[in-house]
Amino acid sequence: MTHWIIAPIVLPALAAALMLLALRGSLALQRLLSVAAILGLCAIAAALLMLVTKTGPEAYFLGDWPAPFGIVLVLDRLSALMLALLAGLALPVVIYAIGSDWDARGAHFHPLLQFLLMGIGGAFLTGDAFNLFVFFEVMLIASYGLMVHGGGAGRTRAGLQYVAFNLVGSSLFLVALGLLYSVTGTLNLADLAEKLPHLPDGDTALLRVAAVMLIMVFAIKAALVPLQFWLPGTYAAAPGVVAAIFAVMTKVGVYATLRFATLVFPPALHATDLLIAAFLLPAGLATLGLGAVGVLGASTLPRLAAFAGIASTGTIIIAIAHLTPEGTAAALYYTLHSTLATALIFLLADLIDRRRADLRLDHPAPVANPGLMGALFLIAALALAGMPPLSGFVGKLLILDAWQDHMLQVWAAVLVTSFLMILGFARAGSLLFWKPTEAAPPIRPEPVALLAPFVLLAGLVALTVLAGPIHDWLRVAADDLHYPKAYIDANHLAKGD
Amino acid sequence: MELLVALTIGVLTAVGIYLMLRQRSFPVILGLTFLSYAVNLFLFASGRLALNAAPIIGTTDTPTDPLPQALVLTAIVISFGMTAVILIMAIGGNLAAGHDRIDLGQDPRDDA
Repeated sequence: MTHWIIAPIVLPALAAALMLLALRGSLALQRLLSVAAILGLCAIAAALLMLVTKTGPEAYFLGDWPAPFGIVLVLDRLSALMLALLAGLALPVVIYAIGSDWDARGAHFHPLLQFLLMGIGGAFLTGDAFNLFVFFEVMLIASYGLMVHGGGAGRTRAGLQYVAFNLVGSSLFLVALGLLYSVTGTLNLADLAEKLPHLPDGDTALLRVAAVMLIMVFAIKAALVPLQFWLPGTYAAAPGVVAAIFAVMTKVGVYATLRFATLVFPPALHATDLLIAAFLLPAGLATLGLGAVGVLGASTLPRLAAFAGIASTGTIIIAIAHLTPEGTAAALYYTLHSTLATALIFLLADLIDRRRADLRLDHPAPVANPGLMGALFLIAALALAGMPPLSGFVGKLLILDAWQDHMLQVWAAVLVTSFLMILGFARAGSLLFWKPTEAAPPIRPEPVALLAPFVLLAGLVALTVLAGPIHDWLRVAADDLHYPKAYIDANHLAKGD
Repeated sequence: MELLVALTIGVLTAVGIYLMLRQRSFPVILGLTFLSYAVNLFLFASGRLALNAAPIIGTTDTPTDPLPQALVLTAIVISFGMTAVILIMAIGGNLAAGHDRIDLGQDPRDDA
């Protein structure tokens, strides 16, 4: 048992506490510590990624209590991958926050960011359903603070709605956990996977209710239709840099869906059968459609980014709904791509809006340094619409390949929405950059902030160039998910009652 | 006993949902609180209801399940903290906007 597994949770927690207790007065020191902690997180995530590639799933028993009685963290390929994605996204986001002075517009940006990283990292690592709930709450309470960072009436009111929506989600989560516990007597994920196939017939109905409620909770987090209403308002009102890190928060919902749909409620489980897939496919298709239409009709750039994010989550869910290793590998690849690309478009939306006098897309207002902004916008649009040469194209190709047996529905939906998104991005781009009426107002140069989009871009390019080896690795991760014997064995479940 | 607990949970949930659908922020927060009471009771009942049974082995002949009580404790603490956060945000929103409607789009500043 290696203690490094808990490091991604402990490191941000310590950094945040230190900032709050000792570095309250100095933004410069907070920035320094925040960047150092995130670099540390990147290093740990990379080390864990190598570890899991070498040894397979490994468990960490908190307080050395044996599973399923104590809480257990499980590192498998999926959780290591999501941790690496989180760390890789946090780095450009913190660079941007510092470079653009967003972190100076309100108190406690860096401690909240660290707590958010702790919550998300914990949600990825935990092997216990109730602990997943707790880490969700850690993540959410930090996100409430970040969401209203900088203040303002519109932002606070959008934040209120966001909190209310998520509180309902948390209540549903607790009800689902209560149902699960009442029929199985355990909340350890591996133990649930062992016990559910032997469930007495009389408890099947309760279990199915629990499964549907859990998927609903994760659908709220992932913003799937018809539970997406909170996202456009929230993300568009949040500070651009916060919206960029929130790009990985919807992926927490995706992660949890994937974990439960493969480990706890696999298609082979008689009690739930294909219940999950029956929900996921229509929800994914509707989400993708709504996102694409939203991109086409968005009134401001942050809303366009939010709808592009919704569409990309829909695409991932469609891939997951196939519930085979091929589909899951495609979903994981697209998750990597879409998180980076969505964060990129949110940062760009913020960069461009600071260079214009008017926020609305259809009001003519020139953009300062249009060449660079236009080029970055074009690249982000290509990535999000899934056009060659970037990784979005590879991802969509993998998803279409996995869904060969249901060409009509899925292929039509993915291809038509890609076209709609191209139109939407072309509309936004030409409104922004092709109407040079007068010279834009001069702006303060921000070399550090401009570094962030290029870091994200480098990630997308790496994802494209290394698509082959990455996909092979993800394929093994997907096999581990669909045949979770190694994951369950890593828990060393205590036998006998 | 079971009927009483089930009815209580049902009534609390119904009250919570009704209040949550109101337009002003204060009833919505009250509704969320009622819903969290209902959820806490439900979690408590998920370990099966038992009379005169402490959750400690050795004190009674048939000890009750201690885990749901630990879960409820966690859930109560979390919902308490969340209620405090949402109250502060509601007050902040009310002070900043001059009204406490919870729906967006009514205020021209919402798009900013």
